[in-house]
Amino acid sequence: MAETTQLEKPAIKKREPLFGPKERKLLTDPLNDNNPITVQVLGICSALAVTTLVWPSFIMAIAVVFVCAFSSLFTSLLRKSIPKQVRMIVQLVIIATLVTIVEMTLRAVDYAVSRQLAVFIGLIITNCIVMGRLEAFAMANKPWRSFLDGVGNGLGYGGILLAVAVVRELFGKGSLFAGSPIEWKIIGPSADYMLNTTTISWLGWYQNNNLMVLSCAAMFIIGVFIWIHRSWNPKLVDVS
Amino acid sequence: MHSKRYIYTFVLVMTAVVALVLALMATGLADIHERNAAIYNKKAILSAVDNYLEQPSSVLSDEQVMEIFDQQVEQVVVDAGGDPVEGRLAEDVDLAKEKDKPEAERHYPIYILNSPKGKVYIFSVRGNGLWDAIWGSIAIEDDFSTIAGVAFDHAGETPGLGAEIKDNPSFPAQFVGKEIYEGDGDYVSIKVRKGGAKDPVHEVDAISGATVTCDGVSEMMYRGLKNYEPYIDRVKK
Repeated sequence: MAETTQLEKPAIKKREPLFGPKERKLLTDPLNDNNPITVQVLGICSALAVTTLVWPSFIMAIAVVFVCAFSSLFTSLLRKSIPKQVRMIVQLVIIATLVTIVEMTLRAVDYAVSRQLAVFIGLIITNCIVMGRLEAFAMANKPWRSFLDGVGNGLGYGGILLAVAVVRELFGKGSLFAGSPIEWKIIGPSADYMLNTTTISWLGWYQNNNLMVLSCAAMFIIGVFIWIHRSWNPKLVDVS
Repeated sequence: MHSKRYIYTFVLVMTAVVALVLALMATGLADIHERNAAIYNKKAILSAVDNYLEQPSSVLSDEQVMEIFDQQVEQVVVDAGGDPVEGRLAEDVDLAKEKDKPEAERHYPIYILNSPKGKVYIFSVRGNGLWDAIWGSIAIEDDFSTIAGVAFDHAGETPGLGAEIKDNPSFPAQFVGKEIYEGDGDYVSIKVRKGGAKDPVHEVDAISGATVTCDGVSEMMYRGLKNYEPYIDRVKK
Protein backbone atom coordinates (compact mmCIF):
# COMPACT_ATOMS: atom_id res chain seq x y z
CA MET A 1 0.00 0.00 0.00
CA ALA A 2 1.26 3.28 -0.96
CA GLU A 3 1.07 5.42 1.99
CA THR A 4 0.93 9.09 1.70
CA THR A 5 4.34 9.78 2.91
CA GLN A 6 4.29 13.43 2.22
CA LEU A 7 6.29 15.09 4.87
CA GLU A 8 4.52 17.75 6.76
CA LYS A 9 6.25 21.01 6.51
CA PRO A 10 7.19 22.47 9.81
CA ALA A 11 4.08 24.46 10.60
CA ILE A 12 5.70 26.82 13.01
CA LYS A 13 6.90 29.72 11.00
CA LYS A 14 8.85 32.28 12.87
CA ARG A 15 6.36 35.03 13.48
CA GLU A 16 7.63 38.45 12.87
CA PRO A 17 6.69 41.09 15.39
CA LEU A 18 3.89 43.38 14.34
CA PHE A 19 5.91 46.44 15.03
CA GLY A 20 9.58 45.51 15.18
CA PRO A 21 12.68 47.49 14.27
CA LYS A 22 12.05 46.97 10.56
CA GLU A 23 8.59 48.46 10.80
CA ARG A 24 9.86 51.36 12.85
CA LYS A 25 12.49 52.03 10.23
CA LEU A 26 9.81 52.09 7.52
CA LEU A 27 8.05 54.79 9.48
CA THR A 28 11.03 56.92 10.49
CA ASP A 29 13.25 56.58 7.45
CA PRO A 30 11.15 58.89 5.25
CA LEU A 31 11.08 61.46 8.06
CA ASN A 32 14.82 61.89 7.96
CA ASP A 33 17.31 59.89 5.89
CA ASN A 34 14.96 59.37 3.00
CA ASN A 35 12.65 62.35 3.18
CA PRO A 36 10.56 62.60 0.01
CA ILE A 37 10.96 66.38 -0.21
CA THR A 38 14.37 67.30 1.14
CA VAL A 39 16.25 64.19 0.00
CA GLN A 40 14.36 62.79 -2.96
CA VAL A 41 13.03 66.21 -3.98
CA LEU A 42 9.63 64.82 -4.99
CA GLY A 43 6.22 66.44 -4.56
CA ILE A 44 7.68 69.93 -4.87
CA CYS A 45 4.83 71.29 -6.99
CA SER A 46 2.20 71.11 -4.28
CA ALA A 47 4.75 72.03 -1.61
CA LEU A 48 5.27 75.34 -3.40
CA ALA A 49 1.62 76.01 -4.06
CA VAL A 50 -0.35 75.21 -0.91
CA THR A 51 2.04 76.40 1.77
CA THR A 52 0.96 80.06 2.03
CA LEU A 53 -1.18 79.22 5.06
CA VAL A 54 -0.65 76.62 7.76
CA TRP A 55 -4.23 75.34 8.00
CA PRO A 56 -4.68 74.30 4.35
CA SER A 57 -1.19 72.77 4.45
CA PHE A 58 -2.21 70.78 7.48
CA ILE A 59 -5.32 69.49 5.70
CA MET A 60 -3.24 68.75 2.62
CA ALA A 61 -0.72 66.82 4.74
CA ILE A 62 -3.49 64.72 6.28
CA ALA A 63 -4.92 64.06 2.82
CA VAL A 64 -1.56 62.91 1.48
CA VAL A 65 -0.92 60.66 4.50
CA PHE A 66 -4.34 59.09 3.98
CA VAL A 67 -3.96 58.59 0.24
CA CYS A 68 -0.39 57.39 0.47
CA ALA A 69 -1.12 54.91 3.27
CA PHE A 70 -4.29 53.41 1.86
CA SER A 71 -3.18 53.27 -1.76
CA SER A 72 -0.09 51.39 -0.55
CA LEU A 73 -2.30 49.07 1.47
CA PHE A 74 -4.69 48.30 -1.38
CA THR A 75 -1.95 47.96 -3.96
CA SER A 76 -0.11 45.59 -1.69
CA LEU A 77 -3.23 43.52 -1.05
CA LEU A 78 -3.81 43.22 -4.79
CA ARG A 79 -0.15 42.94 -5.75
CA LYS A 80 -0.32 39.27 -6.74
CA SER A 81 -3.47 39.62 -8.82
CA ILE A 82 -2.67 42.88 -10.61
CA PRO A 83 -1.70 42.00 -14.19
CA LYS A 84 1.80 43.37 -14.80
CA GLN A 85 0.88 44.90 -18.14
CA VAL A 86 -1.66 47.29 -16.64
CA ARG A 87 -0.20 47.77 -13.17
CA MET A 88 0.41 51.49 -13.55
CA ILE A 89 -3.17 52.10 -14.62
CA VAL A 90 -4.45 50.02 -11.71
CA GLN A 91 -2.31 51.98 -9.26
CA LEU A 92 -3.55 55.21 -10.76
CA VAL A 93 -7.17 54.13 -10.39
CA ILE A 94 -6.60 53.25 -6.74
CA ILE A 95 -4.97 56.62 -6.07
CA ALA A 96 -7.62 58.55 -8.01
CA THR A 97 -10.42 56.82 -6.13
CA LEU A 98 -8.92 57.64 -2.76
CA VAL A 99 -8.26 61.23 -3.79
CA THR A 100 -11.86 61.64 -4.94
CA ILE A 101 -13.06 60.24 -1.61
CA VAL A 102 -10.83 62.72 0.23
CA GLU A 103 -12.10 65.60 -1.90
CA MET A 104 -15.77 64.76 -1.38
CA THR A 105 -15.25 64.32 2.35
CA LEU A 106 -13.41 67.62 2.63
CA ARG A 107 -16.16 69.46 0.76
CA ALA A 108 -18.66 68.07 3.24
CA VAL A 109 -16.57 68.81 6.34
CA ASP A 110 -14.73 72.08 5.67
CA TYR A 111 -16.02 73.75 2.52
CA ALA A 112 -13.91 76.90 2.88
CA VAL A 113 -10.63 74.96 3.00
CA SER A 114 -11.69 72.79 0.09
CA ARG A 115 -12.21 76.01 -1.91
CA GLN A 116 -8.77 77.23 -0.88
CA LEU A 117 -7.02 74.01 -1.80
CA ALA A 118 -9.15 73.82 -4.94
CA VAL A 119 -7.23 71.96 -7.57
CA PHE A 120 -4.37 70.80 -5.35
CA ILE A 121 -6.31 68.04 -3.64
CA GLY A 122 -7.05 66.63 -7.08
CA LEU A 123 -3.40 66.97 -7.97
CA ILE A 124 -2.42 64.48 -5.25
CA ILE A 125 -3.19 61.96 -8.00
CA THR A 126 -0.11 63.10 -9.84
CA ASN A 127 2.01 63.48 -6.71
CA CYS A 128 5.14 61.51 -7.54
CA ILE A 129 5.59 60.47 -3.91
CA VAL A 130 2.42 58.37 -3.88
CA MET A 131 2.95 56.62 -7.18
CA GLY A 132 6.65 56.20 -6.44
CA ARG A 133 5.93 54.34 -3.23
CA LEU A 134 3.43 52.05 -4.94
CA GLU A 135 5.88 51.10 -7.68
CA ALA A 136 8.95 50.91 -5.47
CA PHE A 137 7.53 49.37 -2.33
CA ALA A 138 3.92 48.28 -2.21
CA MET A 139 4.12 46.09 -5.34
CA ALA A 140 6.76 43.94 -3.64
CA ASN A 141 5.90 43.99 0.04
CA LYS A 142 3.27 42.77 2.45
CA PRO A 143 0.22 44.94 3.23
CA TRP A 144 1.09 45.97 6.77
CA ARG A 145 4.59 47.08 5.88
CA SER A 146 3.36 48.85 2.77
CA PHE A 147 0.80 50.68 4.86
CA LEU A 148 3.49 51.83 7.30
CA ASP A 149 5.72 52.86 4.42
CA GLY A 150 2.85 54.93 3.03
CA VAL A 151 2.18 56.58 6.39
CA GLY A 152 5.88 57.30 6.81
CA ASN A 153 6.23 58.93 3.43
CA GLY A 154 3.04 60.92 3.87
CA LEU A 155 4.33 62.20 7.21
CA GLY A 156 7.74 62.99 5.73
CA TYR A 157 6.02 65.09 3.10
CA GLY A 158 3.51 66.64 5.49
CA GLY A 159 6.15 67.57 8.04
CA ILE A 160 8.13 69.61 5.53
CA LEU A 161 4.90 71.10 4.19
CA LEU A 162 3.94 72.32 7.66
CA ALA A 163 7.41 73.65 8.41
CA VAL A 164 7.43 75.66 5.17
CA ALA A 165 3.90 76.91 5.81
CA VAL A 166 4.74 78.07 9.35
CA VAL A 167 7.61 80.19 8.04
CA ARG A 168 5.54 81.59 5.16
CA GLU A 169 2.43 82.42 7.13
CA LEU A 170 4.25 83.82 10.16
CA PHE A 171 6.42 86.23 8.15
CA GLY A 172 4.00 86.76 5.28
CA LYS A 173 0.75 87.29 7.17
CA GLY A 174 1.77 87.58 10.84
CA SER A 175 -0.59 84.79 11.87
CA LEU A 176 -0.72 81.02 12.26
CA PHE A 177 -3.58 78.67 11.41
CA ALA A 178 -5.60 81.52 9.85
CA GLY A 179 -9.01 80.34 8.67
CA SER A 180 -9.21 77.54 11.23
CA PRO A 181 -11.00 77.32 14.59
CA ILE A 182 -7.67 77.86 16.37
CA GLU A 183 -6.61 80.95 14.46
CA TRP A 184 -3.66 82.61 16.14
CA LYS A 185 -2.85 86.19 15.24
CA ILE A 186 0.69 87.00 16.22
CA ILE A 187 2.04 90.23 14.79
CA GLY A 188 0.27 92.95 12.82
CA PRO A 189 -1.05 96.48 12.80
CA SER A 190 -4.29 96.12 14.75
CA ALA A 191 -5.57 95.29 18.21
CA ASP A 192 -6.52 91.75 17.14
CA TYR A 193 -2.88 90.73 17.08
CA MET A 194 -0.80 89.61 20.07
CA LEU A 195 1.95 92.02 19.10
CA ASN A 196 0.24 95.15 17.89
CA THR A 197 2.76 97.07 15.80
CA THR A 198 0.80 100.32 16.07
CA THR A 199 1.01 100.51 19.87
CA ILE A 200 4.32 98.80 20.65
CA SER A 201 6.71 101.54 19.59
CA TRP A 202 9.85 99.44 19.17
CA LEU A 203 8.00 97.23 16.68
CA GLY A 204 6.73 100.12 14.57
CA TRP A 205 9.10 99.23 11.75
CA TYR A 206 7.62 95.75 11.31
CA GLN A 207 5.97 94.94 8.00
CA ASN A 208 4.71 91.63 6.71
CA ASN A 209 7.04 90.28 4.05
CA ASN A 210 4.97 89.94 0.91
CA LEU A 211 7.66 87.82 -0.74
CA MET A 212 6.68 85.02 1.64
CA VAL A 213 3.20 84.90 0.15
CA LEU A 214 4.54 84.42 -3.38
CA SER A 215 5.36 80.86 -4.36
CA CYS A 216 9.01 81.64 -5.12
CA ALA A 217 9.53 82.09 -1.37
CA ALA A 218 8.62 78.44 -0.86
CA MET A 219 11.40 77.45 -3.22
CA PHE A 220 13.97 79.42 -1.23
CA ILE A 221 12.66 78.01 2.04
CA ILE A 222 12.75 74.43 0.79
CA GLY A 223 16.25 75.07 -0.52
CA VAL A 224 17.35 76.29 2.90
CA PHE A 225 15.68 73.29 4.52
CA ILE A 226 17.59 70.93 2.21
CA TRP A 227 20.80 72.74 3.13
CA ILE A 228 20.13 72.52 6.87
CA HIS A 229 19.08 68.89 6.58
CA ARG A 230 22.25 67.93 4.73
CA SER A 231 24.63 69.72 7.03
CA TRP A 232 22.88 68.25 10.05
CA ASN A 233 22.64 64.65 8.82
CA PRO A 234 26.11 63.36 7.85
CA LYS A 235 24.63 60.34 6.03
CA LEU A 236 23.35 62.59 3.29
CA VAL A 237 26.70 64.17 2.47
CA ASP A 238 28.28 62.78 -0.70
CA VAL A 239 31.55 61.09 0.21
CA SER A 240 33.13 61.41 -3.22
CA MET B 1 2.04 36.29 -17.39
CA HIS B 2 -1.70 36.73 -17.09
CA SER B 3 -4.00 35.86 -19.96
CA LYS B 4 -5.72 38.59 -21.93
CA ARG B 5 -9.09 37.46 -20.67
CA TYR B 6 -7.85 37.82 -17.10
CA ILE B 7 -6.60 41.35 -17.73
CA TYR B 8 -9.91 42.45 -19.25
CA THR B 9 -11.91 40.90 -16.42
CA PHE B 10 -9.67 42.45 -13.81
CA VAL B 11 -9.94 45.93 -15.29
CA LEU B 12 -13.71 45.66 -15.77
CA VAL B 13 -14.36 44.44 -12.24
CA MET B 14 -12.09 47.08 -10.77
CA THR B 15 -13.77 49.87 -12.74
CA ALA B 16 -17.22 48.69 -11.70
CA VAL B 17 -16.30 48.52 -8.02
CA VAL B 18 -14.67 51.96 -8.06
CA ALA B 19 -17.56 53.52 -9.96
CA LEU B 20 -20.08 52.07 -7.53
CA VAL B 21 -18.20 53.29 -4.46
CA LEU B 22 -17.74 56.81 -5.82
CA ALA B 23 -21.29 57.09 -7.13
CA LEU B 24 -22.74 56.03 -3.78
CA MET B 25 -20.57 58.50 -1.97
CA ALA B 26 -21.38 61.37 -4.32
CA THR B 27 -25.13 60.89 -4.04
CA GLY B 28 -24.90 60.40 -0.30
CA LEU B 29 -23.03 63.64 0.23
CA ALA B 30 -24.82 65.72 -2.42
CA ASP B 31 -27.17 67.40 0.05
CA ILE B 32 -24.39 68.38 2.42
CA HIS B 33 -22.27 69.70 -0.44
CA GLU B 34 -25.14 71.81 -1.70
CA ARG B 35 -25.86 73.22 1.75
CA ASN B 36 -22.18 74.01 2.35
CA ALA B 37 -21.90 75.76 -1.00
CA ALA B 38 -25.01 77.83 -0.30
CA ILE B 39 -23.75 78.93 3.11
CA TYR B 40 -20.32 79.70 1.69
CA ASN B 41 -21.88 81.97 -0.94
CA LYS B 42 -24.15 83.68 1.58
CA LYS B 43 -21.24 84.30 3.90
CA ALA B 44 -19.30 85.81 1.00
CA ILE B 45 -22.21 88.17 0.30
CA LEU B 46 -22.48 89.17 3.95
CA SER B 47 -18.76 89.87 4.10
CA ALA B 48 -19.47 92.94 1.93
CA VAL B 49 -21.61 94.44 4.69
CA ASP B 50 -19.53 93.62 7.78
CA ASN B 51 -20.14 97.15 9.12
CA TYR B 52 -23.88 96.56 9.17
CA LEU B 53 -23.80 93.27 11.05
CA GLU B 54 -23.58 92.80 14.80
CA GLN B 55 -20.59 90.50 14.34
CA PRO B 56 -18.16 90.40 11.41
CA SER B 57 -19.18 87.76 8.87
CA SER B 58 -15.99 85.75 9.41
CA VAL B 59 -17.04 84.68 12.91
CA LEU B 60 -20.68 83.91 12.07
CA SER B 61 -21.72 80.29 12.43
CA ASP B 62 -23.61 78.52 9.65
CA GLU B 63 -26.88 78.87 11.57
CA GLN B 64 -26.36 82.59 12.13
CA VAL B 65 -25.73 83.12 8.43
CA MET B 66 -28.98 81.35 7.59
CA GLU B 67 -30.81 83.31 10.28
CA ILE B 68 -29.62 86.68 8.96
CA PHE B 69 -30.64 85.66 5.46
CA ASP B 70 -34.05 84.53 6.66
CA GLN B 71 -34.84 87.54 8.80
CA GLN B 72 -32.99 90.54 7.41
CA VAL B 73 -32.30 89.88 3.75
CA GLU B 74 -34.81 90.43 1.01
CA GLN B 75 -33.92 88.76 -2.27
CA VAL B 76 -34.90 90.45 -5.50
CA VAL B 77 -34.16 89.49 -9.08
CA VAL B 78 -34.35 92.14 -11.80
CA ASP B 79 -34.20 91.85 -15.56
CA ALA B 80 -32.09 93.96 -17.89
CA GLY B 81 -34.75 96.68 -17.84
CA GLY B 82 -34.67 96.97 -14.05
CA ASP B 83 -38.10 95.38 -13.53
CA PRO B 84 -38.45 92.75 -10.83
CA VAL B 85 -38.70 89.13 -11.93
CA GLU B 86 -41.33 87.17 -10.01
CA GLY B 87 -40.75 83.67 -8.74
CA ARG B 88 -36.98 83.66 -8.73
CA LEU B 89 -34.68 84.00 -5.74
CA ALA B 90 -31.49 86.02 -6.01
CA GLU B 91 -29.43 83.12 -4.72
CA ASP B 92 -30.54 81.01 -7.68
CA VAL B 93 -29.15 83.49 -10.18
CA ASP B 94 -25.65 82.56 -11.31
CA LEU B 95 -23.99 85.48 -13.07
CA ALA B 96 -21.58 83.14 -14.85
CA LYS B 97 -24.56 81.48 -16.55
CA GLU B 98 -26.38 84.77 -17.18
CA LYS B 99 -23.36 85.87 -19.19
CA ASP B 100 -24.11 83.24 -21.80
CA LYS B 101 -27.56 84.69 -22.47
CA PRO B 102 -28.27 87.62 -24.80
CA GLU B 103 -27.88 90.88 -22.89
CA ALA B 104 -31.58 91.76 -22.93
CA GLU B 105 -32.60 88.46 -21.32
CA ARG B 106 -30.15 88.52 -18.44
CA HIS B 107 -31.27 88.52 -14.84
CA TYR B 108 -29.42 90.22 -12.02
CA PRO B 109 -29.57 89.33 -8.30
CA ILE B 110 -30.06 91.95 -5.58
CA TYR B 111 -29.88 91.32 -1.85
CA ILE B 112 -31.48 94.01 0.29
CA LEU B 113 -30.25 93.94 3.87
CA ASN B 114 -32.58 95.57 6.40
CA SER B 115 -30.28 95.65 9.39
CA PRO B 116 -30.81 97.69 12.57
CA LYS B 117 -27.94 99.88 11.37
CA GLY B 118 -29.56 100.79 8.07
CA LYS B 119 -30.72 99.53 4.72
CA VAL B 120 -28.16 98.47 2.11
CA TYR B 121 -28.48 97.08 -1.40
CA ILE B 122 -25.99 94.37 -2.34
CA PHE B 123 -25.33 93.99 -6.06
CA SER B 124 -23.40 91.12 -7.62
CA VAL B 125 -20.78 91.78 -10.25
CA ARG B 126 -18.54 89.52 -12.28
CA GLY B 127 -15.56 90.10 -14.57
CA ASN B 128 -12.17 88.86 -15.59
CA GLY B 129 -8.88 89.04 -13.72
CA LEU B 130 -5.51 88.01 -15.05
CA TRP B 131 -5.91 84.24 -15.10
CA ASP B 132 -9.57 83.58 -14.59
CA ALA B 133 -12.89 85.00 -13.47
CA ILE B 134 -13.21 87.47 -10.60
CA TRP B 135 -16.46 88.40 -8.92
CA GLY B 136 -17.73 90.42 -6.04
CA SER B 137 -20.59 91.79 -3.99
CA ILE B 138 -20.98 95.56 -3.92
CA ALA B 139 -23.07 96.98 -1.08
CA ILE B 140 -24.54 100.43 -1.67
CA GLU B 141 -26.30 102.63 0.86
CA ASP B 142 -29.89 103.69 0.28
CA ASP B 143 -28.80 106.95 -1.39
CA PHE B 144 -27.82 104.59 -4.28
CA SER B 145 -24.41 106.17 -4.63
CA THR B 146 -22.27 105.66 -1.53
CA ILE B 147 -20.49 102.31 -1.23
CA ALA B 148 -21.20 100.63 2.11
CA GLY B 149 -18.74 97.80 1.56
CA VAL B 150 -17.39 95.41 -1.04
CA ALA B 151 -16.12 91.85 -1.09
CA PHE B 152 -14.20 90.28 -3.94
CA ASP B 153 -13.30 86.73 -4.79
CA HIS B 154 -11.44 85.09 -7.63
CA ALA B 155 -10.97 81.74 -9.28
CA GLY B 156 -7.24 81.71 -9.79
CA GLU B 157 -5.35 84.96 -9.24
CA THR B 158 -1.73 84.78 -8.04
CA PRO B 159 -1.39 84.51 -4.25
CA GLY B 160 0.38 87.59 -2.92
CA LEU B 161 -0.43 89.65 -6.03
CA GLY B 162 -3.85 89.50 -7.68
CA ALA B 163 -5.29 87.37 -4.88
CA GLU B 164 -4.79 90.32 -2.52
CA ILE B 165 -8.12 91.72 -3.75
CA LYS B 166 -9.59 89.07 -1.48
CA ASP B 167 -6.82 88.22 1.01
CA ASN B 168 -5.77 91.73 2.00
CA PRO B 169 -8.61 93.37 3.95
CA SER B 170 -7.20 96.84 3.29
CA PHE B 171 -8.05 96.63 -0.43
CA PRO B 172 -11.83 96.25 -0.14
CA ALA B 173 -11.78 98.65 2.85
CA GLN B 174 -10.70 101.46 0.51
CA PHE B 175 -14.01 101.35 -1.33
CA VAL B 176 -16.14 102.22 1.70
CA GLY B 177 -17.57 105.74 1.39
CA LYS B 178 -16.71 106.20 -2.29
CA GLU B 179 -19.50 107.24 -4.63
CA ILE B 180 -20.53 105.73 -7.94
CA TYR B 181 -22.46 108.80 -9.12
CA GLU B 182 -20.97 112.20 -9.85
CA GLY B 183 -22.95 115.20 -8.58
CA ASP B 184 -26.42 115.21 -10.11
CA GLY B 185 -26.49 111.68 -11.42
CA ASP B 186 -23.72 110.96 -13.93
CA TYR B 187 -22.64 107.35 -13.58
CA VAL B 188 -18.87 107.12 -13.11
CA SER B 189 -18.40 103.97 -10.98
CA ILE B 190 -15.16 103.46 -9.03
CA LYS B 191 -11.79 103.19 -10.66
CA VAL B 192 -8.81 101.29 -9.27
CA ARG B 193 -5.90 103.51 -10.26
CA LYS B 194 -2.34 102.32 -10.72
CA GLY B 195 0.06 104.65 -8.93
CA GLY B 196 -2.48 105.84 -6.38
CA ALA B 197 -5.97 107.32 -6.40
CA LYS B 198 -6.20 110.88 -7.73
CA ASP B 199 -9.89 111.48 -7.28
CA PRO B 200 -10.76 110.99 -3.59
CA VAL B 201 -14.42 110.26 -4.33
CA HIS B 202 -14.33 107.88 -7.28
CA GLU B 203 -10.92 106.20 -7.17
CA VAL B 204 -8.97 103.77 -5.00
CA ASP B 205 -5.31 102.65 -4.99
CA ALA B 206 -4.31 99.67 -7.07
CA ILE B 207 -2.16 96.81 -5.76
CA SER B 208 1.51 96.74 -6.79
CA GLY B 209 2.29 93.86 -9.09
CA ALA B 210 -1.37 93.18 -9.81
CA THR B 211 -2.14 95.72 -12.51
CA VAL B 212 -4.14 93.40 -14.73
CA THR B 213 -6.28 92.13 -11.86
CA CYS B 214 -6.89 95.70 -10.68
CA ASP B 215 -7.86 96.83 -14.18
CA GLY B 216 -10.20 93.85 -14.19
CA VAL B 217 -11.74 95.10 -10.94
CA SER B 218 -12.25 98.60 -12.45
CA GLU B 219 -13.87 97.10 -15.52
CA MET B 220 -16.03 94.79 -13.42
CA MET B 221 -17.16 97.66 -11.18
CA TYR B 222 -18.05 99.84 -14.15
CA ARG B 223 -19.89 97.26 -16.23
CA GLY B 224 -21.32 95.29 -13.35
CA LEU B 225 -22.97 98.21 -11.61
CA LYS B 226 -24.13 99.68 -14.90
CA ASN B 227 -26.35 96.62 -15.27
CA TYR B 228 -28.23 97.78 -12.19
CA GLU B 229 -28.71 101.37 -13.40
CA PRO B 230 -32.26 100.82 -14.73
CA TYR B 231 -33.23 99.35 -11.36
CA ILE B 232 -31.59 102.20 -9.43
CA ASP B 233 -33.34 104.80 -11.63
CA ARG B 234 -36.66 103.09 -11.06
CA VAL B 235 -36.33 102.81 -7.27
CA LYS B 236 -34.96 106.33 -6.84
CA LYS B 237 -38.11 107.94 -8.30
